Amino acid sequence: MRASIRRERTIEVGADAAWAIVGAPDLLHLWFPGIVSCTVEGDRRTITTRTGLAMDETILTCDNLQRRFQYRIDGRPFTEHLGTLDVHELGPGRSLVVYATDAAPAVMAIILGGGMAAALEELARQLESGQGPAIDALAGARRSPWHLPAPIQSSPTPVEAPV
Amino acid sequence: MGRKILFVTTDQQRYDTLGCNGGELSRTPVIDGLAASGIRYERAVPQSVVCMPSRSTMLTGQHPRTHGVWMNGVALPVDAPSVAAELQRAGYRTALVGKPHFEPFLDPFGRFTENRIAAAGVPTLDSRWADGTVGPHRGFEHMELATHSPMGALHYARWLQTEHPEAIGGFFAVLDRDLEVSSEGGGATGAPQVKDNPVHRDWYHTDWVADRTIDWLDGLAADDDWFCWMSFPDPHHPWDPPSSELGRVDWRDVPLPTGYPESRAEREKLLDDKPRHWRLWYDGALVSNYEAPSGWVPATLTADQVREVNARNAIEVELIDEALGRVLAAIAARGWEDDVDVVFTTDHGELQGDFGLLFKGPYHVDGLMRLPLIWRPAPSAAVAPATVTAPVGLVDLAPTFCAIAGMEAGEWMEGQALPVDDTDAGERRFERALTAWDSELLGVAVHLSTITRDGWVCTTYAPGTVHDGTEGELYDLDQDPLQRVNRWDDPSVRALRDDLLDDLRTSLPPARAPRLPLEAPV
Repeated sequence: MRASIRRERTIEVGADAAWAIVGAPDLLHLWFPGIVSCTVEGDRRTITTRTGLAMDETILTCDNLQRRFQYRIDGRPFTEHLGTLDVHELGPGRSLVVYATDAAPAVMAIILGGGMAAALEELARQLESGQGPAIDALAGARRSPWHLPAPIQSSPTPVEAPV
Repeated sequence: MGRKILFVTTDQQRYDTLGCNGGELSRTPVIDGLAASGIRYERAVPQSVVCMPSRSTMLTGQHPRTHGVWMNGVALPVDAPSVAAELQRAGYRTALVGKPHFEPFLDPFGRFTENRIAAAGVPTLDSRWADGTVGPHRGFEHMELATHSPMGALHYARWLQTEHPEAIGGFFAVLDRDLEVSSEGGGATGAPQVKDNPVHRDWYHTDWVADRTIDWLDGLAADDDWFCWMSFPDPHHPWDPPSSELGRVDWRDVPLPTGYPESRAEREKLLDDKPRHWRLWYDGALVSNYEAPSGWVPATLTADQVREVNARNAIEVELIDEALGRVLAAIAARGWEDDVDVVFTTDHGELQGDFGLLFKGPYHVDGLMRLPLIWRPAPSAAVAPATVTAPVGLVDLAPTFCAIAGMEAGEWMEGQALPVDDTDAGERRFERALTAWDSELLGVAVHLSTITRDGWVCTTYAPGTVHDGTEGELYDLDQDPLQRVNRWDDPSVRALRDDLLDDLRTSLPPARAPRLPLEAPV
């Protein structure tokens, strides 16, 4: 049995500021409570939880234009997993971060959902206060190699098809 | 020196499993003795029929709508009010030994303090209390924690994994490969969640809880006041008591419970007269509670399986009774006997064959809602033995503990100290008890609320996955003690129904907003 879980949080900072953290896969342990370490090599990320559980992940999408990050947790107990983080611009100085997980077994989606909600709260706390380990890491120029320059046009003309 | 408090809870135990309540399957001389010299409540009602909301009500003295734990998997906020914190602040030594479950068990990120205390191997960790004070977690200066399984992070599991790892495989594996509650069967009948467990009796969690309680009590000074919550994980499923004890009750000799209709046609007629989710679960078409094995179809339950489950349940209840006897003997040996109040209850009941069902769920009938509750006041208090028939709730426990300690009840508490007899109950207007169920899990939403008053139990459903908000149940507890005749649509009791619903809507506190998040399935 699979399940699809979604959590979201409005954050009182602009989308580019939120994406600067969300789109940096090596910073996850600095804003996801209960993840104590995070290493990235190419498209592989390994996280370790506070209980000592290590999870190997594959980074699938890190799209600076759409501000979308997607990853897959590989290995048991998962038979299916897709995690998606989207950062939406709601207006000047305001953004919506949506964190979704599709997973089987369904129980794992529910468990991850609790962690995702806590992570969004911590992300909002750091971004809105301007303080916290993820903010410090950004300020220390620990920019992820995944990070490309921010989009130039904030409200581009919609692209209707690839060609 | 004041009165000390031994608060004894079990998990998922029916009213009729005790001899003092008319049960004939288990021998429970210790609890029966407490009832004979204390106060026995005949209509004790939980404010939720699942663990986390109900236990949070015991600790906070609040309805689930107020403390916010609206379903299993929602964590009680760390800074929620706690009667244990109030007692600790007043100078009581405080402990919780056994099953806590104010926070989720399934916790791979190590986010919850109960799990972190056990992982760190420390008696407690500091947390922020409701008033901003920093003190031991939820007011317990000593926590040694257990659940139904030797797996997981809590103290009992760690102890068994370290001291007797060879015993772990004998227990029923609660979760299957998909981390769903297992629908595997065992024993002689293949009943779900039954397994022959070769574990040594001394290593089983019931005796472990008693042993650790005695050890903590032994460490106290003679003149300490103390509050000890001794919380047995049994007789909650799985039903895997030590095999050495199975001879106590031969399942072949167990009579079928009165709530179990032997005829399949009769069972299904009864279910069809209730709101739709009853029959849908029976047919395996709708599961609304994670703790009920999702792969098990209640319609497959046989009479022999009901007998075997009831036999094993009775054995587990006997082991609890004997464990409690050991703890009371240790208390007597310390010379405390005259100054100790003992309160015995459980968090919710178990269907145990009623209507052809097992386990629990959104079903507000006596199997889940009529609880054993006994208060044996300290003999030094000279309270006369009594039986109370008025409805009381688990929400009344926290104020009772305050009263025993000579303290005012916390202003946040929504109940009142338990009555000592029916006259007291009448004077202090113990007239109604309220129960609520809310669940939203994997796309299935069920919401119901219930009032128990004047010998009737009335349940109304809010719109959900299979309810449109017009459904309800109304039972006359005197004329229909098995709740077989749903009189919700009976015009002759329409005025009574409307009055009960008005009372329910007026009496239920408003739901906490915003709603607390679901953190895990359990």
